[in-house]
Amino acid sequence: MGMVRTSAIVLRYYYLMRGSFSRVVPLFAWVAIDIVLWGFISRYLNTVTSSGLNFVPTLLGAVLLWDFFIRVMQGVTMTFFEDVWSRNFLNFFATPLSIGEYLSGLVVSSTLTSMVGLIVMLVLSSTLFGLSFAVYGLMLVPFLLVLFLFGIALGIMACSMVLRFGPATEWFIWPIPALITPFVGVFYPISTLPHWMQHISKLLPASYVFEGIRMILSGKTFSGVTLLWGGGLALLYIVLAFWIFSRTYRHAVRTGLIARYSAETLS
Amino acid sequence: MNDSNMTTNILSVTNLCKNYGDMVAVDHVTFDIKRNEIVGLLGPNGAGKTTTINMILGVLESDSGTIDIEEWNLKTHRPEALDRANFAAVYAPLPGNLTVTQNLRVFGLIYGVKNLSERIESLLNQFELETHRNTKCGVLSSGEQTRVSLAKAIINRPHLLLLDEPTVSLDPSMAHDIRTRIRQFTTDGEGGVLWTSHNMVEVEEMCDRVLFLSHGKILLEGNPKTLPAEHGKKTLEELFIAVAREPLSLEPHS
Repeated sequence: MGMVRTSAIVLRYYYLMRGSFSRVVPLFAWVAIDIVLWGFISRYLNTVTSSGLNFVPTLLGAVLLWDFFIRVMQGVTMTFFEDVWSRNFLNFFATPLSIGEYLSGLVVSSTLTSMVGLIVMLVLSSTLFGLSFAVYGLMLVPFLLVLFLFGIALGIMACSMVLRFGPATEWFIWPIPALITPFVGVFYPISTLPHWMQHISKLLPASYVFEGIRMILSGKTFSGVTLLWGGGLALLYIVLAFWIFSRTYRHAVRTGLIARYSAETLS
Repeated sequence: MNDSNMTTNILSVTNLCKNYGDMVAVDHVTFDIKRNEIVGLLGPNGAGKTTTINMILGVLESDSGTIDIEEWNLKTHRPEALDRANFAAVYAPLPGNLTVTQNLRVFGLIYGVKNLSERIESLLNQFELETHRNTKCGVLSSGEQTRVSLAKAIINRPHLLLLDEPTVSLDPSMAHDIRTRIRQFTTDGEGGVLWTSHNMVEVEEMCDRVLFLSHGKILLEGNPKTLPAEHGKKTLEELFIAVAREPLSLEPHS
């Protein structure tokens, strides 16, 4: 029964996407623009620096992975926002649908939509800028997996925040990726950061991915154990995110916020 | 219907309480609904009707008391209990950005309805929604939206149907039509209905029993046709006004 109920959430999102220009275009438009922009920047940097470093896999590859993470996170939040915008919580949560089934629906919807963005980015970066994924080797798979898990965790936490503090909180959700970008070292090594920022970096799974990319590209050995830390952290955050969402939902049911969500607060 | 069916409770609410801070919204409310019975939950605005319904739907947690839908306790067996219930309320329209059929399919999947396509066709036919099947719910008239909400409310053939002012936005002809369908729902199947309305003529026509709520308590309970006379009032509306204005002058519910 769980799979069927989860599929209802996914089907609802598919119905919304189908034929909705304003929902489909953002799946690939912004990531495509990012790839083109950073592709040209990488190409330009290759011509003006004498370091011998190829910026295409270093910068463009990092941007691709980071955009994938953002698409995953926003895939979860966008599916959730559809219920916020259509004031659908009462309809959904007065059914046998469980929180696990609902969140699984958000995750599956996000997986499908983020895959669209990833495919577009892979095609553009390889055809236009010659980005070869062979340079990352098999590590590309765990890199993507860690970012995927972290994106899911952050997406669910963001949903909890909106559920707890009301629809207007949506505007705090969009800048979250930008806020953590400096800490995860998408464009530079973590060692560039001051110590206090490095401590925060160690708590973010994405940091291990971008450090790993740079080590592989500079020909150094990258320990799988290091990436395991990142993966472990991401899994821990998923469990934590699920727990936070469940607690937030329980609070909303106890206070009556679910039934009167459009009021934003009960005071 | 046979006697054993009639005596089986579809809904049992026992000592239900809900406070919002210092405000008592629902105060030790106890009642039940039997098979094929339509029970009217009446009372002035703010009496606790919607709070009670929200607790039965599991979207609001009670401070104390128990809710059982058939043999399933809502707190300990939420999915099983809610699988047997459904609702329609004017304040909970279906998503306006999905079509009628899409909404019915999504909710049909959530309730695990078997032969869903056939069930949807039957509901579209029953509620005269065939011509609107591919219309987004947000552009339907309020009467049409109510019909879609009711179609969704019975898609899982619920044993307990909660209707919060289902005819409030309908013209008299459509309201009559809807009342007929709800009456049919209780006579043809084995469901019971909890109905809130401010239309006392409608309540008298539809309900087998009414509960008058005031300040979160059940003040009166009985047959809507005989209850006014039992309390020295000519009509149900007169009784309603008395409950709203002078609740202390009426006998408390025992």
